[in-house]
Amino acid sequence: MNRFLALLVLLPCVALAHKPSDSYLRLERAPHGFTGRWDVALRDLDAVLGLDSNGDGALAWGEVRDRQQDITRHVLSRLSVGTAGAPCPTTPEGALRVARHSDGAYAVLDFQAACPTWPSALTLDYTLLFDRDPQHRGIIQVAGGQGQGTLVLSASHHTVDVPLANLSAWSHFGGMVLSGIEHIWAGLDHLLFLLALLLPSVLKRSPEGGWEPVDRFGPALRDVVKIVSAFTVAHSLTLSLAALGLVALPSRLVESAIAVSVILAAANNVFPSIRGTRWAVAFALGLLHGFGFASVLADLGLPAEGLATTLLGFNVGVELGQLACVAVFLPVAFMLRGATVYRRAILVGGSAAIGLIACVWLAERALDVSVLPL
Amino acid sequence: MRSVMRPRHSVLGVVLALACGCSRGPDTASAPFTPQSDTEVLEQVPARATDARARERAALRQELDAQPRQLELAVRLARLELKEGRARGDPRHLGWAQAALSPWWDEPQPPHEVLLLRATLRQSRHEFDAALADLDAALREDPRDAQAWLTRAVVLGVRGRHAEAEKSCAPLDTLAGALTATVCRAQVDSVAGHSGRAYARLSEAMSRRGALGSPEEQAWALSTLGEAAARSGDTRRAELLYAQALAADPDDAYTRAALADLLLDLNRPAEASRLMKDHATDDGHLLRRVLAETALGSAEAATLTTELASRYAASRLRGDTLHGREEARFALHVEKDANKALTLAQANWEVQREPWDVRILMESALAAGTPDAAKPALTYLEAIACEDPGLLALATRLKKAAP
Repeated sequence: MNRFLALLVLLPCVALAHKPSDSYLRLERAPHGFTGRWDVALRDLDAVLGLDSNGDGALAWGEVRDRQQDITRHVLSRLSVGTAGAPCPTTPEGALRVARHSDGAYAVLDFQAACPTWPSALTLDYTLLFDRDPQHRGIIQVAGGQGQGTLVLSASHHTVDVPLANLSAWSHFGGMVLSGIEHIWAGLDHLLFLLALLLPSVLKRSPEGGWEPVDRFGPALRDVVKIVSAFTVAHSLTLSLAALGLVALPSRLVESAIAVSVILAAANNVFPSIRGTRWAVAFALGLLHGFGFASVLADLGLPAEGLATTLLGFNVGVELGQLACVAVFLPVAFMLRGATVYRRAILVGGSAAIGLIACVWLAERALDVSVLPL
Repeated sequence: MRSVMRPRHSVLGVVLALACGCSRGPDTASAPFTPQSDTEVLEQVPARATDARARERAALRQELDAQPRQLELAVRLARLELKEGRARGDPRHLGWAQAALSPWWDEPQPPHEVLLLRATLRQSRHEFDAALADLDAALREDPRDAQAWLTRAVVLGVRGRHAEAEKSCAPLDTLAGALTATVCRAQVDSVAGHSGRAYARLSEAMSRRGALGSPEEQAWALSTLGEAAARSGDTRRAELLYAQALAADPDDAYTRAALADLLLDLNRPAEASRLMKDHATDDGHLLRRVLAETALGSAEAATLTTELASRYAASRLRGDTLHGREEARFALHVEKDANKALTLAQANWEVQREPWDVRILMESALAAGTPDAAKPALTYLEAIACEDPGLLALATRLKKAAP
């Protein structure tokens, strides 16, 4: 009796010292049901399946890989995905991967759940690990709407109905706006193209053919808004055509052509040749970039319904992202416009650099090789 | 969403995004990857081949899987898992212990051993009232159960119910021996603001009676004595006693954390960090290391801070609020967000009443410039007639700061 005393007394204080077992399950709507990514702690899988085959306590990738089928079978058998009256059987997709979470390494399972009909409500029954660890929790996200919170499933509360109708058009719209903003900020080629068009906006052509600063902020701002809006209108147009399946261009061709457009825009700053209105150029090349955006939207998984909100949301997001960058760029450029350094280093030097990067892209995309560090 | 960003954007994308004053999209901290080689070690797990304790647990679990209602097997496994959880600071073992007891877990009147283990597990999740109910039931069944009396004393002490806790130590005199009873009383006295008295009585009893039995029990007595010394301001003696406790039981995570706290208070962060370094899987230890590295202003501080913050976020995601005391310290000293620290400390105050809980509430209120917010702590210190110099000094500063 005595031997056991001290042990239990001290336990409560240290027992909180670590995160208990969680798994992270994320479901996204796909054309015929859902795609899922499920992160399960390797420590938990080892406790259930005995992955550490040599028993040395150091779980190696080879030991995990050897048991890949067992892992996938066990984990997927502990989730039932269904819609009112109709199950959506799950199948693994691709090989097992690994992810590091704050408390250790997790196995990452990608899977699909194919639903016979387009679901209006999703029923989940989650039973992973509860028999081995009643304190286990399933942390579940059903994507498709920003308003959708995180569900926490436990041994005593392991089934849940997720009303998909709740993913209102508005929250879906909001999600697409965010996607658009994210894309324009992460999509370097579109930003560089825009930058190449914007650099000269605080300057005007001098009679001798060179550049001189504009006098007032107003005209520069109008110029910029015209360029950005022309770009948006144009890419919205082609993006919609592509998303509706009315026009399809090979992506390698589109990506290469986008690189060419960046080169042209940059070159025109260094050797001014295209006279007249840059907004027209922005419009023409925007048509091209729209096809580029379309591949992103396809990656996001287009819902069968609400295509219009999706497209509109994404375009609004792209426009907002662009305007945010303009709001930072323009005042600075306007202040610097009189300096020689702006015309020489920033306009000419910057454009040359943009052109060079685009040349490498062109080579990469046209020849399908990789040069720039990833 | 994961394939939105095509890789060619990544490096240059950051550069330009910065130039534009725009931030990049979602975090990629848990981005999946395929390890380069089969020999790459991904995780440490219980070593069934080389660790006898792990082997024993695995064997028991297998036996139990075949006959889950074998009470004796289940209790043995649950105890072993508890012990392992204590040593590793990994609460998974507590879940595994509960699983072993699952045939009886939801019963209103489970077997005596299950009641006791259930109380301990419930306490570890801060379900104090449920734990006390289990302990009371266990004691109604068997008033001679020393373990139940002792655990009950500890739970009551954490809740600030010191008089009842003290009463719960009394039966130990006859049931478990005078020294065990003295350690129990010293523990209650020490959390009740009378650490000087606790130290005097316990050191006297220990010198008279000699050492307790097992290394764990020795460590428990030495650690209790060290904690009393630290609280009464005798930091040199506290350091020595903690070191002795750790020598007796190197697995004692509680004492290791207490020593690190002492070193931090003594402004010796480098030593505190060294002590915690090999125990980063334990959130409590990681917190002390982050506090130390932050005090040192080291390059590592930022990485460790991010890691700890994401662990707290993960806990919140699963709905846990067990980290209030630690998170408040993190908010106050690392994030330097006194208001956030105060909110956390106030919520924690509703659950726990140990010296650290009093201290963090007072420190946060001071830092936030709202001394009134610490009023419950001041009232409490007066009610228990606290004598600990550290807490009293904080109380004096608060009273001066109040308008």
